[in-house]
Amino acid sequence: MTVTPPAVALDGISIAYGDFVAVAPTMLHVAEGEFVAIVGPTGCGKSTLLNAAAGLLAPAAGTVTIRGRRLAGLNGEAGYLFQQDALMPWKTALDNVAIGLEVADVPRAEALARARDWLARVGLAAFADRYPHQLSGGQRKRVGLAQVLIRNPKILLMDEPFGPLDAQTRLIMGGLLLDLWAAERKAVLFVTHDLEEAIALADRVVIMSSGPSATIIGDHAIDLPRPRDAMDVRLDARFHELHHEIWGQLRGEVLKAYGSAA
Amino acid sequence: MSGAPISRPKLLALQVLVAAAIIGIWHIGSTVPIFGVHFLPKFFFSTPGDVAARVVKLFATGTIWKHLWITLSETILAFVIGSVGGVLFGFWFARRPLVAAVFDPYVKMANALPRVVLAPIFMLWLGLGIWSKVALGVTLVFFIVFFNVYQGVKEVSPVVLANARMLGMNERRLFRHVYWPSALSWMFSSLHTSVGFALVGAVVGEYLGSAAGLGYLIHEAEGVFDVTGVFAGMVILAAFVLLVDAAVTRIERRLLVWRPEAGGRG
Repeated sequence: MTVTPPAVALDGISIAYGDFVAVAPTMLHVAEGEFVAIVGPTGCGKSTLLNAAAGLLAPAAGTVTIRGRRLAGLNGEAGYLFQQDALMPWKTALDNVAIGLEVADVPRAEALARARDWLARVGLAAFADRYPHQLSGGQRKRVGLAQVLIRNPKILLMDEPFGPLDAQTRLIMGGLLLDLWAAERKAVLFVTHDLEEAIALADRVVIMSSGPSATIIGDHAIDLPRPRDAMDVRLDARFHELHHEIWGQLRGEVLKAYGSAA
Repeated sequence: MSGAPISRPKLLALQVLVAAAIIGIWHIGSTVPIFGVHFLPKFFFSTPGDVAARVVKLFATGTIWKHLWITLSETILAFVIGSVGGVLFGFWFARRPLVAAVFDPYVKMANALPRVVLAPIFMLWLGLGIWSKVALGVTLVFFIVFFNVYQGVKEVSPVVLANARMLGMNERRLFRHVYWPSALSWMFSSLHTSVGFALVGAVVGEYLGSAAGLGYLIHEAEGVFDVTGVFAGMVILAAFVLLVDAAVTRIERRLLVWRPEAGGRG
């Protein structure tokens, strides 16, 4: 009997900066092809947890296991979409996308051809020769998405990727992400502070408590049918039920976070 | 005050007007006696006509080309050597914090030293030829490039760096795709200053002791109280600087297209 190991397994992970414990021992498993969203108040350590899964940050205790293998160093199987601008400003949109392949020693001509293809898939075929500063925030995110996905990672880690965008652009980007994800189901760990976004996109929504010593306090399966339309699903009655149910739990944490900050 | 941009012809007309006014005052002051006195005596100030005639003569006889060529080669050599050194050391220091920490006081000391005092030493070591001038220029250019490259490597956005690592870049690729472009952009943003300083090094070096170059020309004229010659040399030097600067601006625009500021003049 063989059981497929989870794509990402965080077991007993805790993260500390000196004496300050940001994340208390936490367990989180993401199955292959599963879309998990982590929601929590600001400063609760959601991104920290993600960085541990990426190998950008070594946990103080616990183990990170990626597809059955103990993680040491950077997580080479994961693509990471950052909240801030992470494109290389000195490269055009096309070169920024192609670099993911060039790093893997794909010949440049082939890398460029496939990068063009990916730019078209994120709707930026006409913007290949633009530099990042000549693109809007939403367009830069699209380039970032193409840059990560062209490498065909098995796992997608996203740190409030659409956080800096305006509300409408976020909806559109969410839709784009769902379309791309539906085409090739990857394991996704998606950090956000926006509960609606989390419910609209994910299979499972995980709630973190407010820090310090934050940990996971809720795990909700989202049984909305797929394929979903990231916009229309928000009008669904079940969506509202779920939102109501999860918000009841999140609300207390958000208030706690604000109470301790104020 | 800002507002509607000034049209190009209008701007040019105004700029020419400034030159005309200065030359006009100079001309009247040096040639037309006011109440029986020249308030800009010819001996000290020459006249615009004489200076123009001298400039024309220098070009007509062809003597100036040799001097221009010497000064230009010294400038270019100083710039290239100083830049290469600055880039190498900038990278080395930025990637090796221990080295940077150990040498920090010495770098500061060397940078604070007025470079003119080094000129006599370079002349003793390297003679009166072009290399003593190049050395002087190098000491000026090196520090500008060095500090900029150091800063450029240090200030690579941590997010861009983390992203590049997550995309699978090793140290060698990080260097090529992240550190190098970032450092170059900082270096190019100081291109005007470093080329200008290379020229300063060359001219000052020539002025203090040489047998050719624009600085030599000016020094020679000064030695025999030939004010016309001094001014003619200065006019040519100024025009030369403008040309070099225009060339640098063109190069800069090409190299920094990806920068938000590159659209306008920095």
